[in-house]
Amino acid sequence: MYLQMAWRNIWRNPRRTIVIMTAVIIGVWAMIFLGALMRGISDQMVRNGIMTLTGHVQVHHAGFRKDPVIENSIDKPEVVEAALSKILPRDARWTTRVRVDAIASNARHSGGVTLVGIDPEQEAGISFIRQAITEGTYLKAGDKYGIIVGEALADKFDTKLGRKLVLMSQDTNGDIASRAFRITGIFKAEMETTEKQFVFVTITAARKMLKLGNQISEVSILLADYKNADRVADDLRGVLPSVSYDVQTWQELLPFVTAVLKMYDWFIYLWFLVIFIAMGFGIVNTILMAVFERIREFGLLKALGMKPWWIVKEILTESFFLLILGMVAGNALGFLSVFALADTGIDLSALSEGMEFAGMSRVIYPVIAIKDIVAANLVVLILGLLVSAYPAIKAARFTPVKAMAHT
Amino acid sequence: MSIEIKMAWRNIWRNSRRSVLTILAIVFATMLLVFMLSFQFGSYDTMINTAVKIHTGHVQVQAEGYRDKMDIRLVVPDPDAVDDIIKDIPEVEAYTSRANAFSLVSSSDRTYGVLLTGIDPEREAKVSTLKKLVRRGKYLAQEDTDMALVGELLARNLKVDIGDELIVLGQGHDGSVAASVLKVKGIFSSGEDKFDRNSVQMPLGYFQDVFFMRGAVHEVVVLGRSLEDVKKIKKELGAGIRSIDSDGNLVVLDWMKLMPGIVQSIKLDLVSGLIMYVILIVVVAFSILNTFLMAVFERTREFGVLIAIGMTPGRLMRSLFLESVTITLIGIILGIISGSMVTWYFQVHGIVISGAAEILSQYGLPERMYPQLSVLSVSIGAGIVLIITILTAIYPVLKVRRLRPVEAMTAV
Repeated sequence: MYLQMAWRNIWRNPRRTIVIMTAVIIGVWAMIFLGALMRGISDQMVRNGIMTLTGHVQVHHAGFRKDPVIENSIDKPEVVEAALSKILPRDARWTTRVRVDAIASNARHSGGVTLVGIDPEQEAGISFIRQAITEGTYLKAGDKYGIIVGEALADKFDTKLGRKLVLMSQDTNGDIASRAFRITGIFKAEMETTEKQFVFVTITAARKMLKLGNQISEVSILLADYKNADRVADDLRGVLPSVSYDVQTWQELLPFVTAVLKMYDWFIYLWFLVIFIAMGFGIVNTILMAVFERIREFGLLKALGMKPWWIVKEILTESFFLLILGMVAGNALGFLSVFALADTGIDLSALSEGMEFAGMSRVIYPVIAIKDIVAANLVVLILGLLVSAYPAIKAARFTPVKAMAHT
Repeated sequence: MSIEIKMAWRNIWRNSRRSVLTILAIVFATMLLVFMLSFQFGSYDTMINTAVKIHTGHVQVQAEGYRDKMDIRLVVPDPDAVDDIIKDIPEVEAYTSRANAFSLVSSSDRTYGVLLTGIDPEREAKVSTLKKLVRRGKYLAQEDTDMALVGELLARNLKVDIGDELIVLGQGHDGSVAASVLKVKGIFSSGEDKFDRNSVQMPLGYFQDVFFMRGAVHEVVVLGRSLEDVKKIKKELGAGIRSIDSDGNLVVLDWMKLMPGIVQSIKLDLVSGLIMYVILIVVVAFSILNTFLMAVFERTREFGVLIAIGMTPGRLMRSLFLESVTITLIGIILGIISGSMVTWYFQVHGIVISGAAEILSQYGLPERMYPQLSVLSVSIGAGIVLIITILTAIYPVLKVRRLRPVEAMTAV
């Protein structure tokens, strides 16, 4: 009976109901859609970070992170490899790299880069580089002189495919090692800084240049599910003593991204609250109106023996219907707009330098996060009912005689 | 007071609870917008000023193409001539010259590629914050020659401390090999990793000797009295440069050209902020639309009587519209007052956003943010609320026009 009464009551004044429902719909839509956009931005940041050579978990020499030089290489890669094959789940992939700061130069320019020696086959399944080649070819195992550079770097150096590039760095003896490479591939990355920073050669070529034996600078591990990163890292720490090895998850490796994620979390919930407050005033006002124009009716009901609590319940049910209808439509609209943009995304290339500055990629794809959807709907429903309690209690307090005399 | 205003005013307080709630909704929206816009503008100001002070200055004179390529051969050949022009521009606060070269810097056991910059110590201290960023050791003195300031992270990587020697190897202006030995005099830290890891500063005169610059520099950096003066300085400087540089080799660049990343990210932030505010205000508008609607519909009978006794619909509409506008204006004014007070409080005390310090320092920003209350931030915020609310008020008022006195009077 309550349900029926409440339902009929909200349609006694359809225009009013539709107006306040529109407010709820737009509010819920704004929560879901803008939340999804922010999640999209932060997801992409994480993915970029992970794909740009980070992986989910990395193992280094204990001193490498503070001082990334060639002396701080892992001397016995076979120890790490044995640990990896024991601990990693079957569907995880990993690769070894040599990584060192170097100076690249050609006849006209020189600049600092990070030289990355990779195992072409293993690397292909782990980082972005295999898919990012736009010109020329990817490295082949054992290639001694091939080098892959970013588009932006090639531009800056006025160079192109097939030209020579000399790399200089410090070798294991502390001497300056230099080696000439030929550009066999050019890659394009999400971020221009990546294109400018990294150059790739085979791990064999890098070792030869730096006079390394079979040492490596880092192991990068990609798990099937990034949520397992902490557990895998803990397991690895159990086997690899922290005196000589440093095991880190992507959260520790990308502090900037982790900080941004935290701030976005905070920001999304703040946005939910702000939008709710904006709706809240409308909800209270509408229910108040609906209550006051029915004062006589409530007086009569009470005179007939309706308990005050029932009146509260009745009014809360009305507001519940209002909120639920608005939420259903708002959610539907939110999901629709997210799906509409799922393929094309929002292209902000026009502001690419600003995006780069803020650490974002050029195209934003909204991403729906279940916890945001739940949070948004809970905020609206619970707080919505809470603010409706004020008019509901007002209505329950009318004394029958006064109320019936009200005009 | 005309009768319409009186009527509108009394009508507002006929249902005071409803009016107060509506006003509160508008106050909330206005307050939030004033605060948020002030906060955004404040952070832009800090961002620009910090970046300008650490890196570029407000305006620079460079050789055409130098900014993109950083080629050591693209020089400003006669900085003194440029200085003579700058001297006569009243809006200029300070100016200096710099020269840069990408070089290999080695300590006893490490080698890194860095950007070596030649600075004029005394003049540089007036233009940039470099002097204040020196955390250990001392800033360069005017008569210093083979001394260097090293970024904190770089010093750590190179494993050098105050007094240690650095060997510099690079390519001179004429293409020959340039080499020198520098002594670390000070270690600076800006908080911005890229800068602290990648730069070494040395006296300009000695730099010019080592790199065979023959008196030339790469950048003449000008700091204006304020951001607003930049346009004027750029214009006057541009005119002056054309008179000494007939080939058009030199260009005058303002900070927006020098740091396009900052300008674009400000645009991005502003646009995304505005989109959010408009959505928010639309939600508020629908929230208060009901109040405006009810104010009209519950008085149908009354309007019928008024029209029947001779009130023209136009006058009635005016009085109703006045009612909505008054509610809106009260809300906006209270919103501006409370928003300004909140903003003012934080402008004095600053805001620390938890977890954001890390992000901010990478943009070279201090941890504590200060909103900047300005006529612009207040008027934009209030303006958006005013426009959308007034639009909301128009719809119910238009409904009155179709009122027929007889039918209206019979309405319940």
